[in-house]
Amino acid sequence: MKVLIPTPLRSYTGAREVEASGATVGELLSELDRRYPGLRFRMIDEQDRMRPHIRFFVNGEQTFDMARPLSPGDALQIVQALSGG
Amino acid sequence: MARTTRKAVARRQKPAAGAKRTKRAGRARRTLVLVATRKGAWLFHGDATRKTWRADGPHFLGHIVNHVVLDPRDGRTLVAASRTGHLGPTVFRSTDFGRTWHEAARPPAFAKAPEGAKGRTVNHTFWLTPGHASEPNVWYAGTSPQGLFRSNDGGANWEPFGAVNDDPQYRAWMGSEQDGTPDGPKLHSITIDPRDPKHMYMGMSGGGVHESRDAGRSWAPIVQGLEVVEGFDSANIAFHDPHCIRICPSNPDRLYQQNHCGIYRLDRPSKEWVRVGKKMPKNVGDIGFPMVVHPRDDDTVWVFPMDGQTVWPRTSPEGKPCAYITRDGGKTWQRRDKGLPREAWWTVKRQAMNADANDPVGLYFGTTSGDLWMSRDEGEKWTPIAHHLPEIYAVETAEIG
Repeated sequence: MKVLIPTPLRSYTGAREVEASGATVGELLSELDRRYPGLRFRMIDEQDRMRPHIRFFVNGEQTFDMARPLSPGDALQIVQALSGG
Repeated sequence: MARTTRKAVARRQKPAAGAKRTKRAGRARRTLVLVATRKGAWLFHGDATRKTWRADGPHFLGHIVNHVVLDPRDGRTLVAASRTGHLGPTVFRSTDFGRTWHEAARPPAFAKAPEGAKGRTVNHTFWLTPGHASEPNVWYAGTSPQGLFRSNDGGANWEPFGAVNDDPQYRAWMGSEQDGTPDGPKLHSITIDPRDPKHMYMGMSGGGVHESRDAGRSWAPIVQGLEVVEGFDSANIAFHDPHCIRICPSNPDRLYQQNHCGIYRLDRPSKEWVRVGKKMPKNVGDIGFPMVVHPRDDDTVWVFPMDGQTVWPRTSPEGKPCAYITRDGGKTWQRRDKGLPREAWWTVKRQAMNADANDPVGLYFGTTSGDLWMSRDEGEKWTPIAHHLPEIYAVETAEIG
């Protein structure tokens, strides 16, 4: 499925969009981390909590559930909520 | 793994605003000043006389860089503690003076909490210390909130010290994040005894000064003689707030400390700190953050006083920046402000003042307003190296070439 990468994380992927697979959001992030080591820890902390300012949208719908099931035709958008000065 | 390339860095190699450029010196040893800021890192390469400087940076533009340190054991490995305002913390390494950077495979992170328990999260790595000369590739890191970590492979993989990070007594002394400094409670001043790699000190703000004699497997407080804020019980380790602890390279039995409540000296084997800052002028006081020791003289140290009255303005007392030096172990102190602005409202953070090992010693400090200053004569006269950098968090020095 397509995964949209926000600009602060493109130093890892080198691309704004990558193809990846996983049965859940959590599995997909693990797959991304295998391909782009270090990427997951910038978004998910050591207690498996989403870091502040990171948001995930599946087919345009926001999810906070790492166990949310994914289908091959889904699209995951990773959003970095840039804020502050 | 995030990397930056030589090409990317080359694009960034404009001089920092106000920095003077020079051609490279010959084969003489040169001084490198490593500057970590709120918006990236800079390397300033000095010539053999330390009179002109070549700026290399920014590295990691936009990243919050708390510390950049060159490994003195191999003279080429740089380790940088970084995060951004919106991404989690990490560590980068370079073995080519910043032309390329490689991210740690496993940055400092607390152990995963058991199911149902609320585990801690590293907000940022704050302090980096290379290990003992006999232990190449060993590094230590202190984090915010307070955590101690060790790497055995040059900073690629970091392991937590459970004896500090997860010990119930130590967790109680650390307090909560509400008890910490405005930008987060910190573990800092990780110090290795140059005679014994197993003998270590570290400080926690808050949470006191601690000593280990078994390479960090166990720790004990060493706070006798230190004062705490009026009205609190100094027997409670949680109330102690060391700002910066330094060991004297020429006499590792002597340590100095800039504390929240004054300037102190410790002469081992005694365990009692002595407040040597009481001899500072009354209108200046002995509050501050940095502590700098002379590389060859254990009676000589420098501090940079800060206004610690009322709401803690964290500016120089009366808006008059100055360093103070003692050459007799704290019995007397002399003001050193020649060349500094007569009035300015910045201050110097705990990691942002350091010395080189030259003779005479060079001193360097970075300000919260982004100015980098130096003295080639042990503080007699100050001159700027660069202006208009981002807020400076840390200044380190190294000898290269």
